[in-house]
Amino acid sequence: MFTLMALPYANDALAPIITPNTISFHHGKHHKTYVDNLNNLVKGTEFEGQSLEAIVTATAGKADKAPLFNNAAQIWNHDFYWNSLKPNGGGVPAGKVADAINASFGSFDEFKKQMATTTVGQFGSGWGWLVADAAGKLKVVKTGNAEVPMTQGLKPLLTIDVWEHAYYLDYQNKRADYVNAVIDKLLNWDFAAKNLG
Amino acid sequence: MQANGSAITRRHFLQSAAAGVALAGIGAPAFVRGAAPLAHQPLPYAEGALAPVIGAQTVGIHWGRHHKFYVDNLNKLVIGTPFEGQPLDKIVMGTAGKADQQALFNNAGQIWNHDFYWQSLKPGGGGKPPAKLAKKIDEAFGNFDEFRKQFAAMTVSQFGSGWGWLVADGAGKLKVVKTANAEVPMTQGLKPLVTIDVWEHAYYLDYQNKRADYVNALIDKLLNWEFAEKNLG
Repeated sequence: MFTLMALPYANDALAPIITPNTISFHHGKHHKTYVDNLNNLVKGTEFEGQSLEAIVTATAGKADKAPLFNNAAQIWNHDFYWNSLKPNGGGVPAGKVADAINASFGSFDEFKKQMATTTVGQFGSGWGWLVADAAGKLKVVKTGNAEVPMTQGLKPLLTIDVWEHAYYLDYQNKRADYVNAVIDKLLNWDFAAKNLG
Repeated sequence: MQANGSAITRRHFLQSAAAGVALAGIGAPAFVRGAAPLAHQPLPYAEGALAPVIGAQTVGIHWGRHHKFYVDNLNKLVIGTPFEGQPLDKIVMGTAGKADQQALFNNAGQIWNHDFYWQSLKPGGGGKPPAKLAKKIDEAFGNFDEFRKQFAAMTVSQFGSGWGWLVADGAGKLKVVKTANAEVPMTQGLKPLVTIDVWEHAYYLDYQNKRADYVNALIDKLLNWEFAEKNLG
């Protein structure tokens, strides 16, 4: 049985950037629906009892497994998203992450610009990501719907959800305002450092 | 509805005419280029007319910002391309499936879809379709309740942003299909009759995660069956 990950903070802790109203629907309804769906879908299949990562990897790119993939990957993405944010986050990272960002993008400002542009540019539902490629170089990428960077051999460090449900109650059509505010005030650079390894 | 249908025909005629003059080349008056921008088609009813099924705030933002954004984007993107001055349906069909024309397609497809969506709805709509269409629905789905069930299920199941459609296939048989993001049924040889927008921006302020409630309410109370029958031809 998969369980809905507990939020790593109170549901009003990200306000005013992301309000408790948004978080309660996003975590309590959308994220939970994916968990409930997956638990129903795996019953009696070879995937029952497997880890979330194993299901995501095994079902990716298989048309006949789309519902399993969509629900498993959306759980994975949301777990990763909540961890990518923290109250009083944002700012400029230090240490190894800062070095990797400067080496890959030239400067933190250039990274910020590319992260915002790529994420805002995801057409339709999806995700913006800071990732490390196989050579350890950092990149920003976007994925559609439930797609995850791991299937492209990329190691995710941080993500920003741009399904409209992530921001519509707070920002409506102003996706760029949401993305910029998340980058500036909520990104959890400690989580990124841990993922960089 | 009738007035709106005429407006579309007139707009496309003017655009086609402008493109024709532009093709004639030498001597084309300067204002022809100015006539080319695609219009943000007016709503066929007041912003509050679909309430309470779709709130006035939702319609205001959906039509006034999302739909308008696609129009503004496309008018910028076509400048200096072979698509400048062409009618919307030509741009949609000319860019569909081409990776290097993705931005043009996404914006043109979304204008086309939204134009079609607003006309697919009307205040006091829903209920049972007129006789000719009702007969086609019975032939294809068995009965209206079965159609309603299939249309709702298909539309609700679109994963991520997209659209639910009632269409006629090449043989004239009715079907329900879904398309993702800006995709349109015409590229699959299907003739659209009515559509339901299931991008979250279409319903999130009113229904949040309850997409099925939005889709069912829209089918029961807002679908414009006269528009669908007109599209059946």
